[in-house]
Parts: sequence; C-alpha cells; structure tokens
Amino acid sequence: MTKQFLLDGQPVPFDDGQTILEAARKAGHYIPSLCWHKDFPPHGSCKLCVVKAAGRHVSACATPAKEGWEVESNTPEINGERRGLLQMLFVEGNHFCPSCEKSGNCELQALAYEYEVLTPRFRHFFPDRPVDASHPDVLLDFNRCIFCELCVRASREIDGKSVFALTGRGIGKHLVVNAESGQLGDTDFSATDAAAHICPVGVILPKGTGFAVPIGERSFDVATIRSKTLKESS
Amino acid sequence: MSVLPSSVVASLDDILLRHRHQATELLQILIQAQQIEGWLPAATLTHIAAALGLPRARVEGVAGFYSFLYTQPVGRYRVLFSDNITDRMLGNAELLDALCRKLWIEPGHLSEDGLVSVTTTSCTGLCDQGPAMLVNGRAIGQLSHRRINEIAELIRQQRPLELWPAEYFQIDDNIRRRDALLGLDMPPGAALQAAVARGRDGWLAEMQASNLRGRGGAGFATAVKWASAKNAPGAPKVIVCNADEGEPGTFKDRVLLNSFADLVFEGMSLAAWAVGASQGFLYLRGEYRYLLPQLEAVLARRRAAGLLGTGILGQAGFDFDIAIHLGAGAYVCGEESALIESLEGKRGTPRIRPPFPVTKGYLGRPTVVNNVETLAKTCLIALGGGEAFAATGTAQSAGTKLLSISGDCAMPGIYEYPFGVPISRVLEDCGASDTQAVQVGGASGICLAGYEFHRRIAYEDVPTAGAFMIFDGTRDLFDVARAFVHFFAHESCGFCTPCRVGTSLLKGFMDKLADGHGAQADLADIDWLDRLLKNASHCGLGSAAPNPVIDTLQKFRPAYERRLVSLDFEPAFDLDAALAEARQLTGRDDSGAHLKTHEEDEK
Amino acid sequence: MNSPSPRKLRVATASLAGCFGCHMSFLDIDEHLFELVELIEFDRSPLTDIKDVGPCDIGLIEGGVCNAENVHVLREFRRNCKTLIALGACAVNGGLPAQRNHIPLAECLREVYQFRDGVANGQIPNDPELPLPLDKVRPIHEVVRVDYFIPGCPPSGPAIWKFLTDLLAGRTPRLSGGLLHYD
Repeated sequence: MTKQFLLDGQPVPFDDGQTILEAARKAGHYIPSLCWHKDFPPHGSCKLCVVKAAGRHVSACATPAKEGWEVESNTPEINGERRGLLQMLFVEGNHFCPSCEKSGNCELQALAYEYEVLTPRFRHFFPDRPVDASHPDVLLDFNRCIFCELCVRASREIDGKSVFALTGRGIGKHLVVNAESGQLGDTDFSATDAAAHICPVGVILPKGTGFAVPIGERSFDVATIRSKTLKESS
Repeated sequence: MSVLPSSVVASLDDILLRHRHQATELLQILIQAQQIEGWLPAATLTHIAAALGLPRARVEGVAGFYSFLYTQPVGRYRVLFSDNITDRMLGNAELLDALCRKLWIEPGHLSEDGLVSVTTTSCTGLCDQGPAMLVNGRAIGQLSHRRINEIAELIRQQRPLELWPAEYFQIDDNIRRRDALLGLDMPPGAALQAAVARGRDGWLAEMQASNLRGRGGAGFATAVKWASAKNAPGAPKVIVCNADEGEPGTFKDRVLLNSFADLVFEGMSLAAWAVGASQGFLYLRGEYRYLLPQLEAVLARRRAAGLLGTGILGQAGFDFDIAIHLGAGAYVCGEESALIESLEGKRGTPRIRPPFPVTKGYLGRPTVVNNVETLAKTCLIALGGGEAFAATGTAQSAGTKLLSISGDCAMPGIYEYPFGVPISRVLEDCGASDTQAVQVGGASGICLAGYEFHRRIAYEDVPTAGAFMIFDGTRDLFDVARAFVHFFAHESCGFCTPCRVGTSLLKGFMDKLADGHGAQADLADIDWLDRLLKNASHCGLGSAAPNPVIDTLQKFRPAYERRLVSLDFEPAFDLDAALAEARQLTGRDDSGAHLKTHEEDEK
Repeated sequence: MNSPSPRKLRVATASLAGCFGCHMSFLDIDEHLFELVELIEFDRSPLTDIKDVGPCDIGLIEGGVCNAENVHVLREFRRNCKTLIALGACAVNGGLPAQRNHIPLAECLREVYQFRDGVANGQIPNDPELPLPLDKVRPIHEVVRVDYFIPGCPPSGPAIWKFLTDLLAGRTPRLSGGLLHYD
C-alpha cells in the first residue's frame, strides 16, 4: 500500500524520501516556492513553501513526507505568512516592475499576484545596488536579487564555472561574480550557460531580447504561477 | 588584476603550505593572511583562490561573511568595543566617543593616516569585567576613562601591542562558586584511564546512566548523540568541541578554556573513545583568540603524555588528535551545522536538517558537536560513574550548571550550582538588589520579571546555556530588548528571507520607537514580525531573535507604550530632517522649508 | 412614498509625485463614469479644480511623496478622508520618481540645474514659493496611514472600477486574477 499524508485534509500519496512539496505537486496540489528547482537539492532559503506539518512550521521543499502527517498549507495563517515573506522580498530590494524586462515572466511578481499582495506594507530599504552591464550579452541588475542562489548552483553544478557566489552577511548579503574586477564581463560567463536562464526574477537578463514578447502576453499574463507550476509538475 | 608585492606572495605561500593547500582550511588561511597587511586586499583573495583551486567568488564569499575579516582597509590599530547590553550599562558608548575624540576620528571610519579605526563588535565574553574591547584581537577589560586616555596615547605613539602594559591584558576568571566541576582537581588522563578500563561500550553505558544533557542550552542527551554517531556508517568520525561562545552574556567557556582546558580536551578524548572517532576540532571563537597559544601548549603536553595521538593509553586503534580552528566573528557559527560549514572553510550558513551532524557532519562524516562545558562534565562521569552523576541536580537535569553572571550585582563572575537552584538564590549570592529583571540564556533566552524569581535553573523550568544578566530598577527593559534586536540583525547570516529581512525590519521598528516616532500600530507590526520570525526561520537564530521583544512586550509593556507619540500612525523617519539636504543646497530656512515632525502640530 | 436616495459619497483625488497617468486610467472606466457620478460627488480633484480638500468619504492619492508640499497635501487628505487609497505604483512603492533614491539629492539637483548641457551659470532654485524636495521619495504609506492599495502603472480602468464598486457596495475590495498587475 502506498503511504500517504493529509494536505489540508486531502490525502496525498508519496514515496519514501519524497518531500512534502514534491508529493503535493505531483498529486496536483500547489505549494509555492521561489528557490526550489527540480534539478537541484532543496535550498530552503525563500521559505515560501512554509507549511505546518503535525503542528510545526517546516519548509515543504526540504522536509520528507511522513505517513499519516496532517499538513496545513492553503490556510489563512500560512498564506498570510507567505504574503508577509513576499512583502519582505519586495521592500529589501528595488523592485520597480514597470521598468523591468522580466515583468510578466517574474516568479516573485507572479507569486505576489497569486497571494494578492496589494501593498509592500513595510518601509522600503531602497538599497544602492549598481547594475553590471560589462558583459556583451547579459545584463546584471542586482536590485532585484532575492538570494535564491539558483544562478550560483546552476553555474557551479551544470555549467561547471562558478561564476556567481554570495558574499556579505544578513541584510548586507549580496551576489558577486567570479572576477577580481567584480565585473561579469571579466568572467567566462556565456549567454548560453544554464545560469543565464535560471533567474526567477529580473537579475540576469540576456541583452537584446527584453521586449520580444510584449507586456500583456507573457507567461504570467496568460497563466497563473499556480497553474503553470502544476502543469510542469504533473 | 592587481599585482601583489613579492614579499606578500612569499608570506601567503608559506601560509598556504602550512595548511597543505586544503580548501577546508580556507577560513584559517584567510585569518592568517589578514595578519600580513591587516586586511585582505582583492589581489590576496585572487592569489589564495588560485592556490587552492577554488573559484575566486567563493573565497570572496567567505571573506565577506565573517565580521573579523576585512576586505577594506582598517586601522593598524583596530579597536572594537564590546557592545553587549552589559557593556552599554557600564558606559561603553561614552568611552568609545572619548577615545574617538582623543584620536580625532569618527567611529566606524578609518583615520586618514590609516593608523586607527574604532567601532563596536558583538559581546566579547568579558561581561564580568567590562566594559571591554578588542585591540587587534587582544582582549582588554575593565575600561575606564583613565585607561582610555592611556590607550589613546599608546596608539598615538604607535607603540606595538606587545609593549602595552601587561595588566591591560589580564583577564580574570572571577570564579565565585565552585561545585563538582570547578572543584575537581584531576591529573590529566585520569578520566580517560577510567573510561578505557571500562571498554568503549562500558563507557558509553556509563554516559547513558549519567543522563548528561547538552550544556549549550538545547539539552539534548549527550549519550544519545554519541551513540548515534557511533552507530552511523562512515569514517573517520569526528568530535567537535563548540567553543564558539557567542551568546551575549555568556563567558563560562572562556574560564573553562583558560583554567580547565585539560578537562575539555579530556572530554573530547572521552567522546572519541565512545564514538570511535579519530579526528577532533576545537572551534574557538575569534574573540578568544588570545587563548590560542596556551591551548596549543596544553595539546602539545597531552600529545607528549600519550593522551593524544595513536594508540592512546596503549589501546590499539584508539587514535585521536585535536586541531584548533578559529572563528572570525559570527555568532551563527554556534549553531552546530553552521559551525561545521565554517570548519569546512565555508560561509557559516546553517544546513538543512535532517540529516543531522551525527550521521552527516564534517565532510559528510558522522560528527559529534558538544558544548565546552558538556565535554568537561564527562570527566566527572568517567571518574565517579554515571549513576553518581545522575543522582545530583534534578530528575530531568542531572549535575551542575555554570552560570555566567553579569549586570547589576556586586560580584559578577562564574557560579557553579547544582541544577534546580532558584533564581532568587542566585541573585542573593551574587549580591544583586532591587532586581527588576534577569535575562537568562542570553539574547535568545528568556527575560524573567520579579514574580518569576522563584523559578529554577533546569531544563524543565528555565533552561540556559549559562548567561545570567541582571537588570536593576534603574534600567529600561526596552533598551535591553533593543540591544538584543540589534545583535540579531547584525548576526543574521542572511540565508532565509524571514530572518534576513525580519531582523532588519524589527530593528527598524525598535529604532523608530527609540527615536520618538513610535505609534500604536507599530506594536501590532512588531507582534506580527515576532511570530513570522519564530515560525518561518531556517534556524534557531531567527526563531530566537524575537524572544527578547516577545518577553519584554509581555512583561514590561509600559516601557514600549511610554515611547509612543501617536495612538495612530507615525512615519519611521523625521520628515523635517529629510528636507535638511535640500535646505543646505538652496540656503533656505523659511517656514516653507520645514515640516512639522508630528502631524498633530500642523493642525 | 419613495425612500430618500442615499447620500452621495464624497471623493477627493490628488496626484503627488506622479504623472497623472492613474487619473487618466481612472477616466478609462469610460461609460461607468455615468454610473459613478450617480453614487459619488467630487471634492478636491484635478477633475473639479477645487483647491482644498474638505471632509470626504474617500481619498485617492496618485504618486509618491517627493517634496514638502506632497507631505502637506497627503496629510490634509488623511485628516479629511475616512478612507484613503494609494492609487498606482508610485503611491504604492514610490515608483519611477523613487528611482532617484540611490542617488544623493545634491547630485540630482546639480545634474539638473548646474551641469546639464546647455545650462550656463545655473543654480539650484531657492525661491520660497517652491516646495523643497525630500532626500528620498517615499510611498505614501511611509508618511501616513493608508487603508487600501491599488497597484499598477497605471492600474487598469477595470481594476479601478472593480475596486471602487467593491468599496461603494460595502465589500472589502479585492483585486485578483487579471486585474492585479504591477506593470
């Protein structure tokens, strides 16, 4: 007999070692995420996938499912916390959607739509994060970084280059590139790297293609992140 | 790429060679490389990365993580004032200002001649003899205006640190009450001898019988940890002594390492004997670097005595040695998985658990991480047996506990009590009067009000890693909570969203209240942030960060309410001050060039 | 006998550091304007040219807070409006004007008034009639309490209409699906 746990009262089957997030999505239940990616081990930093398992808050992406667990996800409490986390991500960076090439394709924005985030709620940090346009084919706009480390992981594990890393600590944490000059143009980064196409927000932008698809016709203009994610997980 | 002088290259290569070009030694290499020029220039990082075969960005990532590593120039004299609440209560801010004035510098800024920089750092573990500072990593306590004047003069004269008066660097143990552990006079090797005589399994059985629980605060059963590591597949197994004593207000490990280092190292060997481990690390917080030479000497003595090395005490297969790794100013490395990351030469980011270190720790091998005091206590068990140990303390908290007592009392210092001692008894013994509150367990611990002083130090009542900070009736508990919130915001590793942003937001709200912009709505937002931090954080740092606020809001709420200037809403910033730059640029000072700070004033 | 028709709700609008794009979008509710004027009457608004805001049920603020005058207007709205709404990206998060926030104010003003090509002997204006700029542009919720937010640059006519009809009908306004956009 397959094992199962209850997600918001609905039975979800799982295999040993499968995480709550994977099992839920496979069974057609949406749990949001920003830093999780099917090609990498769980990261657990964004905390968007927070759920309450057996009464305790855990990251669904990093927690193996357990037989008989009662897991709460789509509840006012948990969704309220997710909204709060999204608001935190918006105020700590400079997310000015109207001028961002990624608008409509951005997972942070799409999640904010999904959770009906109407206000940033907190004071904005307005950090100073200069852009890096030194590379011929790719622009880096650090203003939008959410520290999911997908580019760090993709460059290291798929591209074998380690172009990106995080430095600093706490609210001062920031993305750096693998060059003494600090310029992407001085690294061996290429627009064909996996890391060039993995950013869920608008930090790593291939040049010359920004508005090939007009605003209003982009991924999350035509489908919600919920439906898109579930389609990809089935 | 900038070019390094050949002398620097030679020094770097020497350091790299001493560390066998091991990437796991990266943090140690960076700490030593910084000695060359006082900071880590970009070219130095490039050189180290190339020599270790690491991506440069990763080396930059590590260098940028630790507070005591500098990728920008700092003074040849680098003065860091300890900024725990107990230092603040003893007037550290005034002393810092006085020193800066005498040296004609701004706090936090390097003097133009590159001679000196002065700023603050998290608690340096000298709360019993504060206010304290670190000068180029050397600890100086009992600061006074007289001492500050002398220090300013010594810096101006550019006197080398070795020629400063020796009494500056005199750190006292201040042991006020001894019980089983601090009263123990054990010849090195005696406990190990006893444990070896029992055999590995027999020794582990004694540990099980002792009910010893971790003294780091969480109280996990030590024998269970050891048994898990023993039974986990993978080798060589590792014993780590967590001497990253960063919890504000805690300094018991400083004393144990200073005067009872043999007990600590013997405890590590006892753990190795039980677990079958062959590699040991003592992770020493950067603030205690001054203890390094004497600790190395103790290790050398123990090696010479056959208590470390191969075939220890003649037991074939009992091979174990200990290396000391330095931290570099990162409280989060006290979390065991972050500590292991740091040991591996990485940024101190806590790992996802499970797997726990006992199965997959240092380099993926079974690893036991124990607190300094926990390890020292195992000597008592080896000597006196598990049952005798279990018979002391309380039912769920066997043995004694070292308390680091500081704040408003006549006799701050180290007190060893059997578990179960009431707070009121401790207060009486240390000469505290008119006590308003006690912060037990440090910033992440619990704030107890007067009506709770009957409660007892024990895992089942008031658990603690040992910090015991006392606040008398003259203190403002809001200031206390705010100091701790600043601490957590500074020490957050930044890995997870709730802690990275939440601790900064919380700091913003506490500063808003402190600056006279508080509104009733802020208290609701603080409440909400407290809950999110507690629920959603990746590790204990984030989930403990709101503790001081939660406790003081509950028990000392008027300290917050009296700071509110509005029952509705107030901006977090001073609107009139936000016009100051424009006033300066335009030379205007008419009434239209000002804004009333509070809306009420405008009506 | 006919019951007396309910009192019309009084609505004020203003644009602070904005481009009036949100007001234009407001007009994009097209024929709904006829329904709307049955339910509301305008107080201070660029649509009425009334200069001072009086007691109102609803205030709509477009634009962020970039100078002292914006602060005065915003405070006046907050004092007079039972419900205050941030309308559009700039009011919600500072928007385009807030893109100057990482540049020191002195640099901004000197660039515009002193160093720009074609400017000779320029100086930063100091006429007391002119409002002084704040060091940073702020979303309105950082200066006063705000009850509701309608994001978008600008929010679409249908989004504004949905929001207002919710509000007028006594429902807590919600924007979701295609009506919620930040761009």
